[in-house]
Amino acid sequence: MEVLYILWLRQIRRYIRSRSRIIGAIGQPLLFLLALGYGIGSIYKRAGAGDYLSFLVPGIIAQTILFGAIFWGIVIIWDKQFGFLKETLVAPVSRLRILTGSALGGTTTVVFQGVLVFVISLALGFRPYNWALVPLALVVAALFAFALTCFGAGLAAAVNDFQGFQAINQFLIFPLYFLSSALFPLDNVPRALKIIASVNPVSYTVDALRALLIHETHFGLAKDLAVLGVTVAILLAFGVFSFRRIES
Amino acid sequence: MRYNHAMQSMIEAQGLTKRFGDFTAVDRISFTVRAGEMFAFLGPNGAGKSTTIKMLTTLLTPTEGSVTLAGHDVVREQDKARTAFGIVFQDPSLDDELTAYENMELHAVLYGIRRKERAVRIEELLILVNLWERRDSRVKTFSGGMKRRLEIARGLLHHPHVLFLDEPTLGLDAQTRNLLWDHVRELNKREGMTIFFTTHYLEEAAAVAQRIAIIDHGIIIATGSPDVLTKQTGTKNLEEAYLSLTGKTLRDEEVNAREAFRMRGRARRMR
Repeated sequence: MEVLYILWLRQIRRYIRSRSRIIGAIGQPLLFLLALGYGIGSIYKRAGAGDYLSFLVPGIIAQTILFGAIFWGIVIIWDKQFGFLKETLVAPVSRLRILTGSALGGTTTVVFQGVLVFVISLALGFRPYNWALVPLALVVAALFAFALTCFGAGLAAAVNDFQGFQAINQFLIFPLYFLSSALFPLDNVPRALKIIASVNPVSYTVDALRALLIHETHFGLAKDLAVLGVTVAILLAFGVFSFRRIES
Repeated sequence: MRYNHAMQSMIEAQGLTKRFGDFTAVDRISFTVRAGEMFAFLGPNGAGKSTTIKMLTTLLTPTEGSVTLAGHDVVREQDKARTAFGIVFQDPSLDDELTAYENMELHAVLYGIRRKERAVRIEELLILVNLWERRDSRVKTFSGGMKRRLEIARGLLHHPHVLFLDEPTLGLDAQTRNLLWDHVRELNKREGMTIFFTTHYLEEAAAVAQRIAIIDHGIIIATGSPDVLTKQTGTKNLEEAYLSLTGKTLRDEEVNAREAFRMRGRARRMR
């Protein structure tokens, strides 16, 4: 237990000490929120679809977590390249615990960023339809974040440089984000896009957040949570598998 | 019988082999390091030094052969073997964003040192390496020599039987190198700790090591005290003995992308 705690604490300490990271990590989602929220919001309203800002906020929270968590994987690459990982790898502690403790730390920081975006959106006029469901949304966000930090750590364990990591980011994470339900409703989109978005796990987390925060859902909350559960299991397994294979 | 033998030998490698695909990095090497000995492991770049150290310290699994550390098999009794050694890696392995104290604390928890003992032990060691005053400074503000000292203190935290030092003096100035070896010698004398180290500075090996093994092309080509090696080769000093054994041709170390990346990082830190 204490091992998990100290590894978690390390991530928190590192996070708190790099303020630029905090600002950098919410800058991008904030830009999306403002530019799209106000830019597209007026057309969205004219089309009779309602309040786009409200629709967008859950998507932007998911974006914050998605990019934050995958980027967090860079910590692992950093550790691997500049040695700190070795210190943990020769310690009498299982790889599973090293991964879990670190990923829980990553999860905490990323969820914190998601909460920051949520608070900012409140200032912009966003209101959750039922405050009692907000803690549940937090749980969904935390599960999503944990799955993705494990994935990020697993990727980092498998690639050897930042360039490789960037490539994965470009070709996997950006498509996962843009081809999900994060930015637009799936009701009237072309069929191909709808199919892609429907097999994309990001869509389900966004949908769950929407169900809990603005009472709108495309797939239904039960299905959202089921898909999220499976996603967590698969990505955790990937992270553990990839972490076990590290040899330096 | 075997048990007694293991008590006297701290590290025992038997037919240790590591192959990466077709390439044999380490080829059936066997050697023994006695308890309390200062043992130098020398060889040109790419000779198999690092691979061997990685196998000794559980970072790589041997393709064939076995290693015991303080009587524990490094593959089958991995965690016991891990608590038996401390290591100072060739590359820095501290968390720069954490303070000296936090780095020590993290290590203490990872090695299951009890809370009560922890504070005492950390203080003792930070005083030993003259870093107690700087305990709350972040490691990124430390010089290369200070980082090395901190790494040594950290490696000693859990009372290991063996301390591995992989090129511990690389990139340090002469003063710091001297000081570092003084520390290590004292540890060896006072606590009877076994020291296993690699270095490219042969005068260091000659001055510090009781016994030396020279590895080249994955094979141990000579073992003995510095005196024995110079006598055997009919040379004047260890450096000449080493060159007569390993030849004077330059080795092209295969630098893959990862190594190159790491070296860039190191060069940046040294500035």
